[in-house]
Amino acid sequence: MSQVHVTTKINGDTTEYLCDAEETLLDVLRDRLQMTGSKEGCGTGDCGACTVIMDGRPVCSCLVLGAEAEGRSVETIEGMAKGEELHPLQRHFLNGAALQCGICTPGILVAAKALLAQNANPTETEIRYWLAGNLCRCTGYDKIIRAVQSAAAEMRGESHAA
Amino acid sequence: MRYESPTTIDAAVTLLAGETGKAHVLAGGTDLLVRLRSGFVEPDLIVDLKRIDTLKTITLESDGLRVGAAVPSAELNEHADAVAGWPGVCEAAGLIGSTQVQGRATISGNLCNASPAADSVPAMVAAGAIARIIGPNGTRDVPVEEIATGPGKTSLQKGEIVESILLPKRPAGTADAYLRFIPRTEMDIAVVGVGICLTIDGSGICTAARVSLGAVAAKVIIVESAAKALIGTKVDDAALNALAAACSTAATPIDDKRGTVEFRTDIAGTLAKRAAAIALKRAEKNL
Repeated sequence: MSQVHVTTKINGDTTEYLCDAEETLLDVLRDRLQMTGSKEGCGTGDCGACTVIMDGRPVCSCLVLGAEAEGRSVETIEGMAKGEELHPLQRHFLNGAALQCGICTPGILVAAKALLAQNANPTETEIRYWLAGNLCRCTGYDKIIRAVQSAAAEMRGESHAA
Repeated sequence: MRYESPTTIDAAVTLLAGETGKAHVLAGGTDLLVRLRSGFVEPDLIVDLKRIDTLKTITLESDGLRVGAAVPSAELNEHADAVAGWPGVCEAAGLIGSTQVQGRATISGNLCNASPAADSVPAMVAAGAIARIIGPNGTRDVPVEEIATGPGKTSLQKGEIVESILLPKRPAGTADAYLRFIPRTEMDIAVVGVGICLTIDGSGICTAARVSLGAVAAKVIIVESAAKALIGTKVDDAALNALAAACSTAATPIDDKRGTVEFRTDIAGTLAKRAAAIALKRAEKNL
């Protein structure tokens, strides 16, 4: 079977890979590029654990073919912290204990980052609807919502770093 | 399997028409990739439409709004003319899946996936939407209700692609609405879906209506008796009750884990009344 040659941008870096035509972007990230931050939960677009941002929109990387990423811009959880410095969302998730097992966390962080990029001050309802496609079996969601709210407040300059 | 991403619609048609094995069109991929990964489909060729620039646009034309086959639902709902002019279609498209799914899923894909429970389809049927199909034998315009022929089955011929959907321009006093029932608030498949588009005149009399039901038959259906129950009335309680009765009568659902026959039949009427009331309010603002 002939493979597809893809050149794309991942977290700002030009990246090249070969993949099978039926291979998903999630499989490419995890198995070919060793970027295992994005998780596979359901593999059917229901759980959001594999969320990445592609050309500015959050998508389930399990529902994108690796071949489709040609010429696109992909942002994953690996690109969220700047070196040792965590993104405010990551910090507030840690400080607010907005995770237990952590499997859903990368997808939720990436999805929340996309939300705050287009809405700096979302209401609780807006956050809950935006994150409806990110399932968490541990937290009961409340701490996740609070962490997004407090990170958003910090990013708006309304409170000091947690 | 081969993956192709042509940059023109003609090249896409040529690829699909020339394939001797199984070929599938890829728009948003939110249904196709699930079926692909589960082994439900084993295509020899996938033709991705998202590199065809003309399919990525929403265009205001003299006879309505044309939505390209590669436009995701999220983009449709960010388009001011679409939301203002066809709120029912937009709210239906906006109900499909999660934020992540919205960034990929298209109304053309929802149509061609031919699920009887597709959310955007009853809304498009009610809106009188027209699918533009391009194939080896040229272009044809077909009412969207003629695309699906049964669950997962369409009237599209080999090599044919729905390249865009036209939401026809509306006379004054016209508006639409879509409602569905699901057992939770978000992220589920319609147990019943109802799309209604109606037109009222200056005295509040309904002069035209289209009513469509999803998830109560093998395909999305158009219910003429329900439209007739509204036309000539002021969409008052008596008319709404007649509408509900017509919808419940037209529903021939199945029992499954999402709902029983009795529940779906009853809910079809209830949702129709509520959707008609919303459409009426919107229509009054459009006079």
